[in-house]
Amino acid sequence: MQTVDTGATRTPLLNDPAKRSLIYQVGVLLAVGALAYYLVSNTLDNLERQAIATGFGFLEKESAFEIGESLIAYSAADSYARALWVGVLNTLKVSFVGILLTVLLGTLIGIARLSTNWLVSRIAAIYIEVFQDIPILLQLFFWYAFFYEMLPAPRQALNPVAGLFLCNRGLIFAVPAEHPDWGWAGWAFLAACGAVYLLRRWALQRLFKTGKTVPLFWIAVGLLSGLPLLAWLLGGAPTAMDVPELRGFNFQGGVSVSPEFAALLLGLVLYTAAFVAEIVRAGIQSVNRGQTEAAKSIGLKPGQVLSLVVLPQALRVIIPPLTSQMLNLTKNSSLAVAIGYPDFVSVANTTINQTGQAIEGVALIMAVYLCLSLLTSALMNWYNKKMALVER
Amino acid sequence: MTVHVYDSRTAEIKPPVTSVGVLGWIRKNLFDGWFNSVLTVLVLALLVKMVPPFVRWALLDSHWLPSGSGCQDAQGACWSIVTANLRFIIFGFYPHDLQWRPLLAMIILVALLFYSRNRKHWRYALGWSWLAGLAVMGLLLRGGFFGMAVVESTQWGGLPLTLLLAVFGLTGAYPLGVLLALGRASRMRAVKTLCILYIEMIRGVPLISLLFMSSVVFPLFLPEGVTVNKILRAQAAIILFTAAYIAEVVRGGLQAIARGQYEAAESLGLNYYQTMRLIVLPQALKIVIPPSVSILISAFKDTSLVVIIALYDLLKTTKSVLADPRWMGFSAEAYIFLALIYFCCCYFMSNYSRRLERELDTGL
Amino acid sequence: MRRLSAGLAMVAMLVLIGSASAGTLDDVKAKGFIQVGVNGELFGFGKPDEKGVWRGLDVDTARAIAAAVFGDAEKVKYTPLTAVTRFTALQSGEVDVLCRNATRILTRETSLGLNFAQVNYYDGQGFLVPKSLGVKSAKELNGAAVCVLPGTTTELNVADYFRSTGMQMKPVVIENTSELAKAFFAGRCDCLTSDVSQLAGTRAVAPNPDDYVILPEVISKEPLAPAVRHGDDQWYDIVNFSVLAMIEAEELGITSQNVDEMLKSADPKVQRFLGVSPGNGKSLGLDEKYAYHVVKLVGNYGEVFERNVGKDTPLKMDRGLNALWTNGGLMYSPPFK
Repeated sequence: MQTVDTGATRTPLLNDPAKRSLIYQVGVLLAVGALAYYLVSNTLDNLERQAIATGFGFLEKESAFEIGESLIAYSAADSYARALWVGVLNTLKVSFVGILLTVLLGTLIGIARLSTNWLVSRIAAIYIEVFQDIPILLQLFFWYAFFYEMLPAPRQALNPVAGLFLCNRGLIFAVPAEHPDWGWAGWAFLAACGAVYLLRRWALQRLFKTGKTVPLFWIAVGLLSGLPLLAWLLGGAPTAMDVPELRGFNFQGGVSVSPEFAALLLGLVLYTAAFVAEIVRAGIQSVNRGQTEAAKSIGLKPGQVLSLVVLPQALRVIIPPLTSQMLNLTKNSSLAVAIGYPDFVSVANTTINQTGQAIEGVALIMAVYLCLSLLTSALMNWYNKKMALVER
Repeated sequence: MTVHVYDSRTAEIKPPVTSVGVLGWIRKNLFDGWFNSVLTVLVLALLVKMVPPFVRWALLDSHWLPSGSGCQDAQGACWSIVTANLRFIIFGFYPHDLQWRPLLAMIILVALLFYSRNRKHWRYALGWSWLAGLAVMGLLLRGGFFGMAVVESTQWGGLPLTLLLAVFGLTGAYPLGVLLALGRASRMRAVKTLCILYIEMIRGVPLISLLFMSSVVFPLFLPEGVTVNKILRAQAAIILFTAAYIAEVVRGGLQAIARGQYEAAESLGLNYYQTMRLIVLPQALKIVIPPSVSILISAFKDTSLVVIIALYDLLKTTKSVLADPRWMGFSAEAYIFLALIYFCCCYFMSNYSRRLERELDTGL
Repeated sequence: MRRLSAGLAMVAMLVLIGSASAGTLDDVKAKGFIQVGVNGELFGFGKPDEKGVWRGLDVDTARAIAAAVFGDAEKVKYTPLTAVTRFTALQSGEVDVLCRNATRILTRETSLGLNFAQVNYYDGQGFLVPKSLGVKSAKELNGAAVCVLPGTTTELNVADYFRSTGMQMKPVVIENTSELAKAFFAGRCDCLTSDVSQLAGTRAVAPNPDDYVILPEVISKEPLAPAVRHGDDQWYDIVNFSVLAMIEAEELGITSQNVDEMLKSADPKVQRFLGVSPGNGKSLGLDEKYAYHVVKLVGNYGEVFERNVGKDTPLKMDRGLNALWTNGGLMYSPPFK
């Protein structure tokens, strides 16, 4: 092809692959540059002629609008930059929770699809087909309508369990009241996580050296529940709960999940789980049957067959497409704007509206999603490398 | 010479009734072990609890009359919302007495799809007939010839718009996607970098940001006095978006072509374009047909996002019906109807793509 | 090479589409219709009826402009715009004029590059609540979930109001008038805030209008006016004086019914207004009888008001601020001479 070096000195310009390729590249760059120049100069003309404000100066200004839910303190007196940051955090929140639930549900359905139970496998198949084939936006609208049309008003809220209320303002439930002891319990839990990680490494090393296994699962369960419990007991075992109650128009206290968030989460998880289920099924099926049989024949228990033989191999097939589904979920979370959950796109949209600076707004949206995508793929690539088959 | 003699009696011993026929099947597939049995019972209980009420709601107690009488205090579903507004949901603001035109356009599309199902019909002529068919569909919608009244694109809506955006989106995106894939596989640094930048950037952002761009930013890109209509802008956004995904699929196809093919072409003295056009692309594109159908499916589903920029596609027409106070509160019925339409289209396509995958698999 | 030529072709194509743009009036005359940005979902202001015919105060304003320019009120094409897209659509020239209940505020004229013409509806922001809530005043709304359209002045006003009164609110933003109303009726929020005219429209379409009340407080000034782009004064004048013509006609007592008789009026003001004695039309670059066409084909302001939002419509709005200045309202037209 073009780059073959012929070594001829007097080849005509266009027949010299290296030069020809150079000419093409310069041409392409020129064309792209010309197009970019054309668009940019038009834009600048338009902006100037119509006296439209430009630049990111607006970020410092007071936003003057409220946001329905926020992970950080925010009021209308804060700047646009902070409002947008609230939006980013809300996007991250729904994506993070969504990805966790999707992987869980998707794996469950993927395994159900392979079940020897005809009924279960059929239902899983129907689920996958139906939820894959209906646009996510339609599903979101459906769930949102479900939440605010079918659930009762706060005063008639459903109260299935003490401390838990379900109404068209969302799901409100009681949480333990503020106490320093809960912080200690949290630290204890983190410490337990670290201990389990170290223990697992040691146990694996021991396994490879001596072939002896450790009942890791039970030790982990004990550590993870025992340490926080100990911290809680030592701190005085506070039992006060922050129970939501109806004051004024809405429930005060407790933790509430808004219908917008719930509908968005439900829609995203149900939709993406259908794709994840297919991926998990394909991954498990890709593991040769002989592997399972061989594992059984050397005396591994069914749990060990799954965790030591099948899953590590299936994961290698599963992870790359799973990554792209996680990215899809994150990107689809931008549809929140259609049902009023204040994610980043929704806040950016309002900002565009209030400031009239559409170019800056859309550029911000794209930049934030690009960063999220790159970050997610970088993380997953790292994990994928770690899990990849080490070939000799 | 020993002949193996079958004992005729063994053939007469039938397996126990519990392991053949219906009973055997049930036992093998539903009650194999205690775990499966519990699972089956649980699932059956759930079905019994959910299916009859749903059937009662959706069919037995439902209302169908377009007048919508009795819907307000009915126990069942009010399908009247669909029957009363069917034409608006399907055709949007398209003039009432001209609605045969989009209908005909859709019939042409479906006919073309059905004809193309059969792989025996895949010839160059089919490609041309697709192009011709698409052109005819566009003209039918637009009108303005043979004395047909012109219908402005602002009045297009509903299912024809959804199909238009999806089909033209894929048709427009394909050549662009192939170019991008070739660019990405190219050895020219600058071209390769540009293509990678484009593909990764587009794949990294949600479609709705592109749609926003097309609806609020793009008009500012054009010189004074030049405007491009809203549907065309959304269409362009969908094309640019889909092209990046097609590029990745085609890249997969290109990578699947054995190195020897390139070398053989080169040794025959073919240049780059000849190699690509005659040797590589025909093989690569054949491999990527099934994934392309998946892209068509996602493009079809993704067209629903144009709701957000207020184009009257199928979803938007439905939503505007739902906003009518007479039909408020019947979202479930309307959305289920829409879901059925989307499901049927997508199911048809995905089923076809799977069949194709099997057929082409053996061919390679 | 192919990419290069494709790129060049694209540039060439873009240049080719580019038509030299003269004034908006010439453009409009050349294409034979006015492209108007409207709401599309707001009953009483801009919404197609069940036969697909556009109706509303803003729609009639647009028709008045078309009547002034073409002598034909139907030479209008409507582009439904969301709150987000409305100003860009105008800036980019996708629409020639925006009649979409947009509030005239300082920053929209300065940083968005728009000019607002004569106000066609003086509005103010209020609250709509279900009667069952038992709320009598907006001061009692502390802690309420408030349904509000995003990206509107409404959203800013309500935040200002709650801040200044030291109350808490939980905004529920849904980008679409009808969806928002639906969420409110379903009880997703305790109150709906918007311009009072819109609240009346929303209340009118409620499953049971008597279950809802509009609270007495009006928390903002909302002068709703048609808007045009900066820098085309002739077009601005035309839009401005098309709206003013409807107001002046009401003041002069000219209606669509009596306009033909009024042509014979001896009153010099009427004669000048209807173009019997020429001058006004020409100076605007329009037909001398442009005001006649406006009144004949669309009606005077009072007729338009009553037809779309007045007593006999589901909105049942009082003239209030929108009465003529002679009746204690704000509708006041400079003399047509």
